[in-house]
Amino acid sequence: MLDTALTGIARELKFRDPAKARALAQALEKVSREVGREPVSVMHVCGSHEQSIAKFGLRAVLPRTLNVIMGPGCPVCVTDVPEVDEAVVLAQDGIRIATYGDMLKVPGTAQSLADAQAAGARIDVVYSAAEAVELARDATAEVVFFASGFETTAVATAAVVLADPPPNFSVLSAHKYIPPVMEIVAEMPATKVEGFLAAGHAATITGWRIFERFVERHRIPVVVAGFEPLDILAGLVKLVELVRDGTPRVVNMFPRCVTPEGNRNAQEQLWKVFRTVGGQWRGIAHVPNGNLRLRDEFAHVDARKKFRIDVRRLWNHAPSTLTQLCICGDIMAGIASPTQCSLFGKECLPDNPVGACMVSSEGTCRIWHQYGGHPDL
Amino acid sequence: MSATIGTGAAAKEAVVGMKHGAGGRAMRRLIEETLTAGFLDVPVDGIGLAAMDDGAALRVGNRWLVITTDSHVVHPIFFPGGDIGRLAVAGTVNDLAMMGATEPLGLTCAVIMEEGFRRSDLERVQASMRLACQQAGTTIVTGDTKVMGRGELDGIVINTTGVALTDAVIPDAGLKPGDRLILTGTIGDHGIALMARRHGLTFETELLSDVAPINGLIRAALAAAPGNVTAMKDPTRGGVASALHEMAEKSGVGIVIEEPLVPVSPLVRSAAEMLGLDPFHIANEGKALLGVRPDAVDAVLAALVAHPLGAAAAIVGTCTADHAGRVVLDTGLGRRLMAEPEGEPLPRIC
Repeated sequence: MLDTALTGIARELKFRDPAKARALAQALEKVSREVGREPVSVMHVCGSHEQSIAKFGLRAVLPRTLNVIMGPGCPVCVTDVPEVDEAVVLAQDGIRIATYGDMLKVPGTAQSLADAQAAGARIDVVYSAAEAVELARDATAEVVFFASGFETTAVATAAVVLADPPPNFSVLSAHKYIPPVMEIVAEMPATKVEGFLAAGHAATITGWRIFERFVERHRIPVVVAGFEPLDILAGLVKLVELVRDGTPRVVNMFPRCVTPEGNRNAQEQLWKVFRTVGGQWRGIAHVPNGNLRLRDEFAHVDARKKFRIDVRRLWNHAPSTLTQLCICGDIMAGIASPTQCSLFGKECLPDNPVGACMVSSEGTCRIWHQYGGHPDL
Repeated sequence: MSATIGTGAAAKEAVVGMKHGAGGRAMRRLIEETLTAGFLDVPVDGIGLAAMDDGAALRVGNRWLVITTDSHVVHPIFFPGGDIGRLAVAGTVNDLAMMGATEPLGLTCAVIMEEGFRRSDLERVQASMRLACQQAGTTIVTGDTKVMGRGELDGIVINTTGVALTDAVIPDAGLKPGDRLILTGTIGDHGIALMARRHGLTFETELLSDVAPINGLIRAALAAAPGNVTAMKDPTRGGVASALHEMAEKSGVGIVIEEPLVPVSPLVRSAAEMLGLDPFHIANEGKALLGVRPDAVDAVLAALVAHPLGAAAAIVGTCTADHAGRVVLDTGLGRRLMAEPEGEPLPRIC
């Protein structure tokens, strides 16, 4: 396994060649200038894209006239307060919660799961849905998997639901579905997004064709891109070309992984287990069809059906003053950047986050705090 | 003194967390706010607690007596490439060397063990300390032994204190704009070797800790260009990133690091990528960062490379007057601030 992984890493290193990166950065500069107006604003909707852009310092080589906005691409960040509250209430009632590490510090109305844990609740950090099932198998008490993530991670949850989990296992789904939120953001008057960089890993599941209807409806180009520095730069060059030419269409710049139709088997599993419902994304808006919930056939694995979750008892806690100052929503909608938030780097830090964007390693504020955002270096 | 430690909410009672031992900003703040506050400072032109340097320097006639102390806890105590005994000797010898004192007069050694600790393990640790002392050209001159009840301590804790005389003290705050930065070898080897062992990762070639006394290497570098090494630091806990931030802040200069020039073994690079770790955050136990005046940098580098422990030494960066106190990383693809480790990436590695 390790040798395969190492070969894989060696292959990926090809996509970090500085000379090629410089050539792409020059091409991007040229094509951005050719658009003939500024700024040109494009948006990516994936925390992994922001991680890569930040880690490799790409913002320092992006043209000044190109505004690359970080959209609502961090599933942890858009998990809404009531969803966290549901998990907190279950935990307070003595039910064991298994969840991804990033979810622990996401603030709810009164508490985060980390607070509940400090007060004695049993919370287990897991690295996969399968690990949560293992926990349940080794226990007699109820284990609830508080599941977050976009369609990529939802497929993994679907797989364990279909694999006949033990009766003491259930899922509290906070899974989100990306395509609908792109519609919302595209229609936001303040955002003015002229093109989308779509996440390569999500597209390996959905296929790139899924974006065709979106392009037709909004006349905005979509480029599917991978996560290595050269993938991102090449994706941006293509995207700005499409903006320049006024020819909105879908282009797949991640063909080594993404196909037109995607992974049919994974899609079947996903839609067998989940259906889309409308719901609030933290800080963004109510997103029609934006949330993934378990279908009725899986009521026995659905924590919302299995337990009576009454979050009202948390409501006598008014949200803190700091929370009211948090501008995570504007940041995720691409209207504001972290440095415009009065809490950023002061009251709101990775150790003690106020807003969800400072919690996750894919959150915009966390990434900017770590790597300096768009510094003049 | 602040009412809370670190950034914890005022309502929570302040307690010490693992991050306060991780070598980063949280630890520096805890020390400044509690442990060093209120002590008298050392006489003029010495280096005391307030400097938060690798050790202290006290004037004795026309020379300086350098003193440093270090407690060692590591899990597991025997690891690929070393053990807690070698670590305890190298750690203290290297801290002396980082102050410019490369000829230790002697070390003290205090050992605290848990009831039930194996005698054969103690003998192994002692043999390893003996060998490391030989390599460093020093010896243990006095010691202390305690045993605590089962569960009151995890296995063994070793404290060593070292003393040495030097004609010139090199602080970690002496960088000037224009100075070049040299790394004496590959980074991340110690922390990644321990991490791989703990996670049961095996590689075709074994990952080995770099733990070694490097006073001989530093002596060679200093002799090659007397007076031209402006600052030194060994990037242990918190890795190169923490060391660079501390040097930049204390010296009031900016630092630009050229990532493609930084020596990292391919195995460490791959393992770090797999484990999701940044090699700049990983501990080293046999490496140093040297600030050198630009016209002396070639001579110092040549002296390092000629030494068996410095074969992979490289010039990796430059100090600037711009963005003082900050560390900029040029990735070869772009530029960003170098991230400082938050909390504890690898619990208890040194």
